[in-house]
Amino acid sequence: MAEESGGGKGYLAERGWRSWAYTMDHKRIGVMYLYTTIAFFFIGGVFALLLRLELLSPQAKYFGNHTYNVFFTLHGAMMIFLFIIPAIPSGLGNFFIPLHIGARDVAFPRINLASYWVFVAGFLVVIGSLVSPMDTGWTFYTPYSAKTGAAVATLSFGIFLIGMSSILTGLNFIVTIHKLRAPGMTWHRLPLFIWGMYATSIIQVVATPVVGVTFLLLAMERLLGVAFFDPAKGGDPVLFQHFFWFYSHPVVYVMILPAMGIISEVIPVFSRKPIFGYKAIAYSSLAIAFLGFLVWGHHMFTSAMSPLANTIFSFMTFFVAVPTAVKVFNWIATLYKGSITFESPMLYALTFIFLFAVGGLTGPFLGALATDVQLHDTYFVVAHFHYTMMGGTVMGFFAGLHYWFPKMTGKMLNERIARVAWALVFIGFNVTFFTMFIAGVRGMPRRYAEYLPRFHVENVISTVGSAILAVGIVVMFWNFIQGLRKGLPAPGNPWRALSLEWQTPSLPITENFLEIPVVTDWPYGYGKPKGPDA
Amino acid sequence: MSDPSAGHTDPRVAFEAAKLGLWTFLATEVLLFGALFTAYTIFRVKYPDLFQSEHLKLNRVLGTLNTVVLITSSLTVALGVDAIRRGKARLLERYFGVTVLLGAVFLCVKYIEWTEEFHHGLYPGTNIFFSLYFMMTGLHGIHVILGMGVLTYVILLSRRGRFSGSYRTPVEIAGLYWHFVDLVWIYLLPLLYLIG
Repeated sequence: MAEESGGGKGYLAERGWRSWAYTMDHKRIGVMYLYTTIAFFFIGGVFALLLRLELLSPQAKYFGNHTYNVFFTLHGAMMIFLFIIPAIPSGLGNFFIPLHIGARDVAFPRINLASYWVFVAGFLVVIGSLVSPMDTGWTFYTPYSAKTGAAVATLSFGIFLIGMSSILTGLNFIVTIHKLRAPGMTWHRLPLFIWGMYATSIIQVVATPVVGVTFLLLAMERLLGVAFFDPAKGGDPVLFQHFFWFYSHPVVYVMILPAMGIISEVIPVFSRKPIFGYKAIAYSSLAIAFLGFLVWGHHMFTSAMSPLANTIFSFMTFFVAVPTAVKVFNWIATLYKGSITFESPMLYALTFIFLFAVGGLTGPFLGALATDVQLHDTYFVVAHFHYTMMGGTVMGFFAGLHYWFPKMTGKMLNERIARVAWALVFIGFNVTFFTMFIAGVRGMPRRYAEYLPRFHVENVISTVGSAILAVGIVVMFWNFIQGLRKGLPAPGNPWRALSLEWQTPSLPITENFLEIPVVTDWPYGYGKPKGPDA
Repeated sequence: MSDPSAGHTDPRVAFEAAKLGLWTFLATEVLLFGALFTAYTIFRVKYPDLFQSEHLKLNRVLGTLNTVVLITSSLTVALGVDAIRRGKARLLERYFGVTVLLGAVFLCVKYIEWTEEFHHGLYPGTNIFFSLYFMMTGLHGIHVILGMGVLTYVILLSRRGRFSGSYRTPVEIAGLYWHFVDLVWIYLLPLLYLIG
């Protein structure tokens, strides 16, 4: 199965910008999404480093308060809307969903291409809004966002477009997974990445329009003076928060579910064991997607909701931890007595489990009413969020990039450099963000350029950590570039994995499969210990 | 939404995919309007008297007229879809043409209504009721315009002889979408014009 080795041009055979700009090949569209989102990951990362630099000293030293506000808004908005939401679904998802289910393409290739160009239009508008950059934080809370001199309406419009692109992608994936599975690819033979992507797509389709309307109303409040969020006219600023979080809470599952899907792929391959609790992992994705819609109020415990609403939201928040923990326990059970090897994808997958466990377990402190009132808007929240989103989603993304690099590029990575990069990322991440838990518990509020001198030590440590993390990420991407330029040709199936994408040559041909495969088994039937030829 | 993809050789799968795609898209649309309906519910419970007094300022006659226009357009769309099922492309074009025309009539009436309201000093920023009224009918109006575009596109495709009794996916899809746009109005009419 792996004997068709690389060297062929596969889906990259055609050249020239037209072959990309007008392509309807899901693989090329996925690659374009990856390049675009990674570019924003770097821009957002530079903003993060600037924030950490400013926090090196208790006084605002390098730039003023307003600039600080702009930087953390841009860091948040770019990382969320331009990197972390589209990166895995639209990037890796586009590339691998049809390959995973044995299809030639997604259900609507033209809509797929349209979604990419709508995304481009969206981020161009977002960049256009920089003429008067946002200073509201990525949450756009009213009434400030209705009054600030920043280009809120422009940025809202940009994010509306990005949301449209997200909806189109989700819609495409739902239909693809329903209608284009290869013969014999029953629901319970689907790779778990597909289950994660399916749950993700449902959230994208159902939640995104609400935030679209919310931003529309916000823009209209600024342009026409509509009264929805304006208390002077009988509107309600808290309604904005409800609408915003009705999208923005479920959307953290848009970020995490695909990453969990990647982990479910990587763990069994590198433990040479069938995945434990397949159905539990599959259905817990759907459960998370469903419960995720019922917990948005936990972002608003200090926004004067009724005590009853607070209690219900708190209860539901604890509930959503259950399917999440189900996944973690099943991954650990998969590792148990496996023949584990520590290639770079596996390192990132294990990192995901570790960091996500920390992020997950600090969640209940924020979901519980009493502790949340204390911890709300402190660095504890920042740390929790980054442990789940960067420690979780981004590590999952890195795992996916390393795992699928041979398939996407036809080249192998330098494994040694990849491991060095991993070590730097792992250390840097923990040094940066774990200290934030401590600063947060000690009462340091988030979103200020200045702080009390008693938090100085934590902030210095955190900034040093962010530098290590940055070096690690630069090394990782330098390794990617080197791999692209002069990596050894990749065999079709370097990890000896069983899912369908590895049964195609690296690079896959434009039609994915010469003949649509007939599926007779699930993709996790690993049993034999890893041979020496690996 | 209406394009069957090039990649699928099996037209039956392509048709089913397109249909599921449109239903999924309608789910998105429901949530898009859903946010506004939620806001409506909240504010109506909060200010029942305001809603009672303000809604009397709307023109019920024109609202009712528009309802008749849109329901008729739903009929003509259904007749158009039925025509192509029987393989009659010319008839389809005529029915869809009438539908687009009715859509235009709807927009004209809406334009008259809005002008009248502006005349009486009723703007989107006047109060919460008129914020809701203008946002909801405005968003619906945009959907009517989009729907007219889609129907026109289908007519143009049909002129080029693209549809027959055996291949008519875009026709069905466009019809379904237009029905949805009508349905939204069926909710908007009582919620905005017929309170109390």
